[in-house]
Amino acid sequence: MDPEQFCSGFRYKRDRTSIMKTGKSEVVAKAAQKLSWFLVLPLVLILAFFLILPLVTIGIVSFWDYNEWNFFPAFIFDNYHYVFTSHVTLATYLKTLKFTVLTWFFCVTIGFTVAYFLAFHVRSLKWQIALFLLCTIPFWTSNIIRMISWIPFLGRNGIANSILLEMGIIEAPLEWLLFSDFAVVLAFVHLYALFMVVPIFNTMMRIDKSLIEAAHDAGASGFQILTNIIIPLTKPGIMIGSIFVITLVMGDFITVRFMSGGQSASVGRIISNEIALLQYPAAAANAVVLLSVVIFMVAIMLRFVDIRKEL
Amino acid sequence: MMEKRSQSFYFLAFFFIVFVLFLYGPVLTIGILSFQGPKGGLTFPMNGVSLHWFYDLFEEQAVGDFWGAFRRSFILGLMVMVTTVILSVMGGLAFRNKFNGSNFLFYLVISSLVIPSILISLGVGLIFNILDFEVHWSTSGFGAQLTWTLPFGLLIMFAVFNRFDSAYEEAARDLGASWWQTIRYVVLPIIAPSLIGVALFGFTLSYDEFARTLLTSGSRNTLPLEIFGMTTNVTTPVLYALGTMTTIFSLLIILTFLLITYVFGQRNRRQTSDAGKAIL
Repeated sequence: MDPEQFCSGFRYKRDRTSIMKTGKSEVVAKAAQKLSWFLVLPLVLILAFFLILPLVTIGIVSFWDYNEWNFFPAFIFDNYHYVFTSHVTLATYLKTLKFTVLTWFFCVTIGFTVAYFLAFHVRSLKWQIALFLLCTIPFWTSNIIRMISWIPFLGRNGIANSILLEMGIIEAPLEWLLFSDFAVVLAFVHLYALFMVVPIFNTMMRIDKSLIEAAHDAGASGFQILTNIIIPLTKPGIMIGSIFVITLVMGDFITVRFMSGGQSASVGRIISNEIALLQYPAAAANAVVLLSVVIFMVAIMLRFVDIRKEL
Repeated sequence: MMEKRSQSFYFLAFFFIVFVLFLYGPVLTIGILSFQGPKGGLTFPMNGVSLHWFYDLFEEQAVGDFWGAFRRSFILGLMVMVTTVILSVMGGLAFRNKFNGSNFLFYLVISSLVIPSILISLGVGLIFNILDFEVHWSTSGFGAQLTWTLPFGLLIMFAVFNRFDSAYEEAARDLGASWWQTIRYVVLPIIAPSLIGVALFGFTLSYDEFARTLLTSGSRNTLPLEIFGMTTNVTTPVLYALGTMTTIFSLLIILTFLLITYVFGQRNRRQTSDAGKAIL
């Protein structure tokens, strides 16, 4: 897209009226700038008050002190000291990372396979759109409900256990299906696989089909086409999906709490527990550490993809 | 390309079907179980079939303030939807040319998307606490949700404007249209179908949002908060009935938006159908 095109209208109008003036392009550029700023102003204000200011506040409050019923201004490092010396912290981060890596792995595998099927094996655009919509509809329904809906499936007397018992694969109902780490990862994959399907499908649809035909004509096998053409060209989509999945899982507290029956920890849960206990400065310190970790991870992933090009 | 289906097609098709079952299976299960008989439990077998648990939804004691929560979520969803659509279009227009700080703002929008929701919730809650403002779903909750819906709306608008043929605008301007006339009579009608997509995102993301409203909605819960509260103390299929009701509502909303898109598409096709015929 040529940014110049946008303001060409102004230039054109001005060209007629101020044709003799010098430095007119500067004036035009300034007018376009002003207009752009005017248009994004509400957005800037909202992000300033509901994104930047909250994060700054968290940063400040992380140095504050608190007692059982209140928190107040101070400048202490106790909150951070506790975060970095508590043996819980490391264990929790490892646990959260475990959830993240497992969820990411399954989401990439499923997301890539599903997108690949839709983009390269479904032949009519109509069917592609219909099946794609079928995959995205659950995304627009409630996450909480989608979590709850695993209860009759995984419970002690749930469908999974009944089927396995009936088939004689197990002799007693499995206890670890619901309220376990297994259930947490399953729910994550269930909730977030779409975040992988959509961007991967999007990039795959842009792959020039003639590339694949050329490879085919040159004697490449289906597997070679996959590894040498499709996967490299789909990398940006995989990266965008990964950014979504990883940040969603890293910051999660509700899925872990619900699906593990309160038995598993995650960084988000520590923060939400501290909030529940009104220990805001402690929660803020944890939040700052979590934010740093997440931003670090995203910064690395952004090195591999130019999001603006992918839209 | 129209050769015979390969073996891998059947394998992938099977995988896809399993994936769809995985997506929809659990929700369908609670859909069925919400028709449990009055003595039925949270799992199969069905103990008779009844509408008992749906009737329960209308009784205050059984489910708390479900209808109040639903009303609040619905209004909040509409507020967020309208704001998201308007601000996304404005942002999308602005981002078509580089302006001072446009790069920074772009990354700010991206960070809004990747920052854990609970941090927004905590931060906004703290600000209101320190400033001694009362948190309310229509103020702090509204703002906190916008940090999640606006990035989605903007990214969609970026994608739309990346594909936008500016020849239409130039033509309008050549005919003497002002900036506003160009936007109003040329740009907006062309991008209208995508706006429906933005609206759908705005409404549903708000309607289902949990983490960002947790600390910012005040004493009156939105629907997801109400439902989550129920999971800890309701152990009857009324929970499933509630789930079924809200899911059906979500599906109706999605269907409405898809229908509007479809109608738009049909109308556009009709209106443009004679455009090239005269020349041919």
